Amino acid sequence: MTAFVNRINSAARNVPTWVVYIVLLLPALFLVYQAFFGGLGRDPVKALEHELGQWALKLIIAGLAITPLRRFAGVNLIRFRRAVGLMAFAYVCLHFAVWLFLDVQIWSQIWADIVKRPYVTIGFAAFVLLIPLAVTSNNWSIRTMGPAWRKLHKLVYVAAVLGGVHYIWLVKGIQIEPLVYMAIIVGLLALRLRWPKRATA
Amino acid sequence: MANRWTNTLTERDVTPEAAFLNRRQLMAGAAGLGLVGMAGTARAAQETLEPNVWEDITQYNNYYEFGTGKEDPAEYAGALTTKPWTVKIDGMVDKPADYALEDILKAMTIEERIYRFRCVEAWSMVVPWNGFELADLLNMAGVQSGAKYVAFETVLRPDEMPGVRYPVLDWPYVEGLRLDEAMHPLTIMATGIYGKDIPNQNGAPMRLVVPWKYGFKSIKSIVRITLTDKEPPTSWNKANAREYGFYSNVNPEVSHPRWSQATERPLGGGLFARRVPTLMFNGYEDEVASLYAGMDLKANY
Repeated sequence: MTAFVNRINSAARNVPTWVVYIVLLLPALFLVYQAFFGGLGRDPVKALEHELGQWALKLIIAGLAITPLRRFAGVNLIRFRRAVGLMAFAYVCLHFAVWLFLDVQIWSQIWADIVKRPYVTIGFAAFVLLIPLAVTSNNWSIRTMGPAWRKLHKLVYVAAVLGGVHYIWLVKGIQIEPLVYMAIIVGLLALRLRWPKRATA
Repeated sequence: MANRWTNTLTERDVTPEAAFLNRRQLMAGAAGLGLVGMAGTARAAQETLEPNVWEDITQYNNYYEFGTGKEDPAEYAGALTTKPWTVKIDGMVDKPADYALEDILKAMTIEERIYRFRCVEAWSMVVPWNGFELADLLNMAGVQSGAKYVAFETVLRPDEMPGVRYPVLDWPYVEGLRLDEAMHPLTIMATGIYGKDIPNQNGAPMRLVVPWKYGFKSIKSIVRITLTDKEPPTSWNKANAREYGFYSNVNPEVSHPRWSQATERPLGGGLFARRVPTLMFNGYEDEVASLYAGMDLKANY
């Protein structure tokens, strides 16, 4: 087990972080390609919007998994966390842009939806919460902000839960997939709760 | 008594699918050259409104018994056995019985009805249905004088319907209409699309189509029709009464609690299709508004 973990860790050390940006960009490029060439079914707008939103949630989950992975499994992927987080934000932006320009289109209706539709309000709130996180995802901010930086970036916990609720709320009826996403998000946050003191190895 | 309602959606009767597709391409080309106006203005003139292609109609369906994804019904509904098919007609009728579908069809006149189809999710299509008026079927069974409502039930076959493993709705799917809505000449039982047998994912072998109501009212694969004097329960209303009322008439002024119903996205326009305004009673206001005279449509959503 530890040999396996060590192998992962040493392999990870040899991967430059820019590779992660490129790899995580591929799903978006593929989706856009599909959207133009008919691979997204009969309603490419909704399909593109939903797929981008799901990728955003997946990457937020991936970002949330990095700390518990190190803590409980010893797998150290911390150096990729910024790339995962920024790409999650990029997918949120793309998802939002498709909703704005291809789905709703009408400016008066956009603002009405944000204010009046709870699932849109929640999704929009998650997007807004992520903006300061994306803006401060750089070494200079970490240096100048000091301990406040860690506090600020705990906002991702709130954004993740809002994103999960947004997904549950937008579907018609009770559906399984959004509940699975939510369960994973809640599980990853639960792992961060402070447990009673126990013996450490 | 068929042919009570005259179609106003197309200028000619039946456009063969192939010819229709060619024409569509011509139109698309013309649009590219700026010879045709925006979709929104085209829609205002009913005569230019044209059916969606077969693939739009048959590969983008809500039929949760086969899964909640739009492509799930097309993928899984093939497993549904539709022959033989019987429809139980019971309740307040003179001749309650299990009717074999082929016997029903022998007695009915099939005609084409090109209707707008507006989903409660705010997308829309135009579908060239083939079917007969529900009134003819109800008259065949003989509606008794005290009957006020018609209840419908979809087939429930867990072996053939992978979606019913999940409690998305309280299966079987049920729907209902007021008797005057059911007897309205616009209300049909559809058995075909584009002159072909209706595909399973669209509700084979026989489904309701009520074009002025949101799509979920048009219940699919019907096995039971019950005449009653009480408002029957309906599936989406049971699942969420605040969001889905018994009437569910298309109404741009009454929002769904989670989204606006003022506009809709017509399917088939690709990535950059424009939204269009939703029409009162889905464009059938002249025909059906009198059914609801004096009713508060906000309270009776």
